[in-house]
Amino acid sequence: MGGYTSSELMAIFAMQGFAGISLFSVLLLMALGLAIIFGQMGVINMAHGEFMAAGAYTTYLLSTVTETYFPGFMPYYFLVAIVAAFFVAAALGYLAEWALIRHLYKRPLDTLLATWGLSLIMQQAYRSIFGAREVSPALPDWLMGSYQPTDMIDIPLNGMFVLALTLLITGGVFYLMFKSSWGLKVRATTQNRVMSGAVGINTKKVDRLTFALGCGIAGVAGAAFTTIASTGPTTGTLYIVDTFMVVVFGGAASLLGTIASAFSIAQAQSILEFFISGSMAKVFTLLTLVVILMFKPEGLFASKVRR
Amino acid sequence: MMSANTDFTLAVEELTVSFDGFKAVDNLNFYLDKNELHVVIGPNGAGKTTVLDLICGKTKSTSGSIKFMNKELTKLSEHEIVRAGVGRKFQTPSIYENLTVFENLEVSYPRGRGVFGSLMFKRDAEVENKILEIAKEIMLDHMLETEAALLSHGQKQWLEIGMLLIQDPQLLMLDEPVAGMSVKEREQTAELLNKISAGRSVLVIEHDMEFVAQIAHKVTVLHQGKILASGDMDTVQKDPKVIEVYLGH
Amino acid sequence: MSFMYEKLLGGKNGTVGFVLLATLILVVFPLALDGFRLNLVAKYLTYAFPAISLVLLWGYGGTLSLGQGIFFGLGGYGMAMFLKLEASSPENTAIQSTPGIPDFMDWNQLTALPWFWEPFNSFTFTLLAILIIPSVFAYLIGVAMFKRRVGGVYFAIITQVVSLILTVLIVGQQGYTGGINGITDLRTLHGWDITSDFAKNLFYFITCFLLLAVILMSRFILTSKFGRLLLAMRDKEDRVRFSGYDVANFKIFIFCFSAMISAIGGAMFTLSVGFMSPSFVGIVPSIEMVIFAAVGGRLSLIGAVYGCLLINFGKTAFSESFPELWLFLMGGLFIAVVMFFPNGLAGLWEDHSHHIKKRLGFITSLFSKNDTAAVAPKLEGSN
Repeated sequence: MGGYTSSELMAIFAMQGFAGISLFSVLLLMALGLAIIFGQMGVINMAHGEFMAAGAYTTYLLSTVTETYFPGFMPYYFLVAIVAAFFVAAALGYLAEWALIRHLYKRPLDTLLATWGLSLIMQQAYRSIFGAREVSPALPDWLMGSYQPTDMIDIPLNGMFVLALTLLITGGVFYLMFKSSWGLKVRATTQNRVMSGAVGINTKKVDRLTFALGCGIAGVAGAAFTTIASTGPTTGTLYIVDTFMVVVFGGAASLLGTIASAFSIAQAQSILEFFISGSMAKVFTLLTLVVILMFKPEGLFASKVRR
Repeated sequence: MMSANTDFTLAVEELTVSFDGFKAVDNLNFYLDKNELHVVIGPNGAGKTTVLDLICGKTKSTSGSIKFMNKELTKLSEHEIVRAGVGRKFQTPSIYENLTVFENLEVSYPRGRGVFGSLMFKRDAEVENKILEIAKEIMLDHMLETEAALLSHGQKQWLEIGMLLIQDPQLLMLDEPVAGMSVKEREQTAELLNKISAGRSVLVIEHDMEFVAQIAHKVTVLHQGKILASGDMDTVQKDPKVIEVYLGH
Repeated sequence: MSFMYEKLLGGKNGTVGFVLLATLILVVFPLALDGFRLNLVAKYLTYAFPAISLVLLWGYGGTLSLGQGIFFGLGGYGMAMFLKLEASSPENTAIQSTPGIPDFMDWNQLTALPWFWEPFNSFTFTLLAILIIPSVFAYLIGVAMFKRRVGGVYFAIITQVVSLILTVLIVGQQGYTGGINGITDLRTLHGWDITSDFAKNLFYFITCFLLLAVILMSRFILTSKFGRLLLAMRDKEDRVRFSGYDVANFKIFIFCFSAMISAIGGAMFTLSVGFMSPSFVGIVPSIEMVIFAAVGGRLSLIGAVYGCLLINFGKTAFSESFPELWLFLMGGLFIAVVMFFPNGLAGLWEDHSHHIKKRLGFITSLFSKNDTAAVAPKLEGSN
C-alpha cells in the first residue's frame, strides 16, 4: 500500500467499500434464503444460485416486455419485477420441494447431489430459453447515475437502492422468523419435527413454504443482481460457493451471524480486489474463511447448546 | 487433583456442569465401591444421564473431579476413558444394525484399536472363543450370524451390554437397560446384571422400581442435579424428601 | 491362497466380479477398440480411481468429499510438471527469451524456474510427490476437520471450497501453473516418446493394472476389521468412540488413502492424455466423480469403474451429437440415482440377478412336479 497517500487510501477504502456493498447485498439476500433452507431445514440446496438466476431472468423478461409494449411504464417496472422475481422463484422452489426435496429430508448428502442435478437442468433450461449470452434488463433512469459527496468518491445509485432493498427484506425475514406465529412454527418444526406434528403443526406445509420462501428471497437477490451485473445461464454457480461460505461462516442457524458474515466477506473481497488481482482476492478471502472454520467449525455466531 | 487416592472404583467430587447458566449437575459428590451395583434414580431432568455423560467424557464438566481407580477422567478424551476401563451403554440400544451379532461383538473386541492394528487384526481362536463366551452370557449364542437390525428390542439391549462386556470394563454404566422390555426379558436382564456385577462395579440408571429392588446394592436419588438421598432401597423409599419429590407434585 | 481369496477378492461373488472386470478391460477392450478409442477408455479409467476412493470414503465411511478433484489434480500436475520440464530443455526452448524454462513461464515474463518446480526435474521425486503431497494435504484437512468432529455437509462444503480455491489459484497464477490452459505439449519421458501409439497402449495397460491393484487394496481394507469399523462409524459413530476407538484417526486414514489413489488416477491421466488443466481439478469434475461412484453403486468398488465407463461413454456420445440433451440427462441422472437407485448399478444388478434366480426357481418348479410343494414356500420366504 506504499504508493498511496492517506487521503487517497481513505477514498479507496470508501469507494471499494461502497462497491463491496453491492456484493454484500447480493450475498446477503442469497445467504438469507440459504440460511433459512440450510440453517432451519438442514437442506443443502446446490440449486440456490439457479433460483437467483430465475429472479434475474424474470426481471429481464419483464423489462423486455415493458420496453416493447408499455414504454411509459418503464420507470416503475422494476418494482413490479422485484415482486415477480420473488414469486417466480418461490413457485419454482415450491415445485422443487414437492417433487424432490421432501423425499430426501433424512439424507442431507443426497439432497446435495439431487439439487446439484436440479441446478444442471435449470442451467441448461436457461441456456435453451435465453441463449448462452449474458443478458441485462434496461434499468429505469432513476437507478442510473451516482452521488458524489466529494470529488474523489463516487457512489452509484443502484448500489444504494439495492442496499435499501436488502435491508428491507432482511427486516422482513427477521420479523417473519422471530416475531410471527409462522416463524414460530418453522422453528418448532426444525427443532422437533415429531412433536410439532403432534401439537397440530402441518409440518409438510411448513417445510414446503419455508423452502419456497428461501428460493423466493434468492429470486429477489436475482432482481437486485441485474442492477450490478449481467445474467447468464451459469451466473448462479458463481455465487453458490460464496453463499454457502457466508452461511457456514455466520453460524448456520444465526441470521445475525449471516448478516455480519456477508458484510465481512463482501468487504474483504472488495477491498482486497483493489490491491491484488480479483482472483487472488478471492483465494485470500476463501482461504481465510476455511482456516477460521477449521479452528471454529461451528461458525462465528453459533450458540453453545447442550447436545 | 483435589482428593487423595482412595479405594473407590469411582470417586466423583464437587462435580458441576452448566449449560448457558443452567446447572444440570450441581456440586455432586458420589462414590462407588468395588463390586458394587449402584442404581441412580430420580425424576426426569434430574441430571442422571448427564452424570453418565460426564463420567464417560461425552460432556465436559465445568468444574470438579472424576476419579476412576485414582485416575482423573475429566481431562481424558472418550476413547481414552474407555481404554482406562469404563464402559457405557446408551439409553436407546446403540448397536451396528448393518453388522451381524458376531461382527458387532468382534468390532468391540479390545484388540486392533488403532488404524493399523485394525487393518492387521486377525480373527483367531482366542477372539472367536471370547465372542462365543460373551454371546452365551447375553443369550444370543444361537443368533451369531443374524443381522443386528433383526433382533428384538430386548435382544438389542443385551447385545450392547455384551459389546461392553467383551472389553471387560472395571466400571460398567448402563442407562435404562430394561426400558421397553417384556416382563420375562426384565427378569433375564436382572439375572444377567447380577451375574456380571461380580468382579466389577456397575452403575445403572433406571426408572422401574421393581427392577431396581431386584438388582440394587445401593440406590442414589438425584434431583435437580443434586443428591437427595442415598442408601439401600428400603431407606431411600422411606425417605420423606424422596416421597415428596416423587409424589409431591 | 485362501487369505488372498477371502481378503483381497472378497469371496466367490467378489472374485467373479473382479475377473469379469479384468477380462473386460484387459482383453475385450484392447481387442474390440481401435487405438483412439482405447486411449479414450484409458482416460475414463483414470477417473475410476477417484470414484473408487469415494466408494471407500463416502459409501463406506459416510464422509462425502466434494474435493477429490484436488487430489486428482495434484497427482496430474505433479506428473505434468516433470514432463513439462523435460519438454523445456534449453535446446527445445532456444527461441524463448529465457531458454530452459516452460514456455508459459517465458510468456509471463518469468526469467527463472520457480523454486517449487526445481525438484520435479527428478522422476523419483515426482513419483514420490504424486503419492505423498496429496496424502499430506488430505492429512492436514483431515486432522483439522475430523479431530474437531466436523463431518457431513460441512466437510462436503469445505472440501468443495478448497477445490475452488485451488482452481482459482491455478488459473490466476499463470506464470507458475500454465493458467487456464494448463500444462500442455508434453512429449517425452526420459527421452521416450509418450505420444506414440505404443506408449498410449502401454499407458492403457498400466492404468488397468494400477486400477485392479487399487481395487484389491481397497478390498483388503474393507474386509479387515477397519472396514467393519467404517460401517460401524457410519451407523453409530458414538458407539465406536465409546468402544475405545479414536474415530478421527480412522477417518483421517481413509481420507489420506482416498487422496493417494485419486492422485494415482491423476498422474495416469496426464500420461494418457498428454496434458493437465484446471478443468479437472475444480468443483464440477469433483462432483462428477461423486456421480460416477453413485451411478456405479456407492458401496461397490467395481461398480464405480462401470459407473465411470458408462457415464463417460454416454457423455462422449451425447456431447458429440446432442450437447444440450446431455446436461439435462446428467442432471436427471443425479436426481434419479439419488431418488430411485440409491445403490446404483450394483444395486440394480443385485436385484436383477435375484429376480432371475427367482424366476429360474419358479420355472424349474413348474417342470419338476415332485418338488413344487418344496419350492413354493421358499419363494415366499425370499420375498
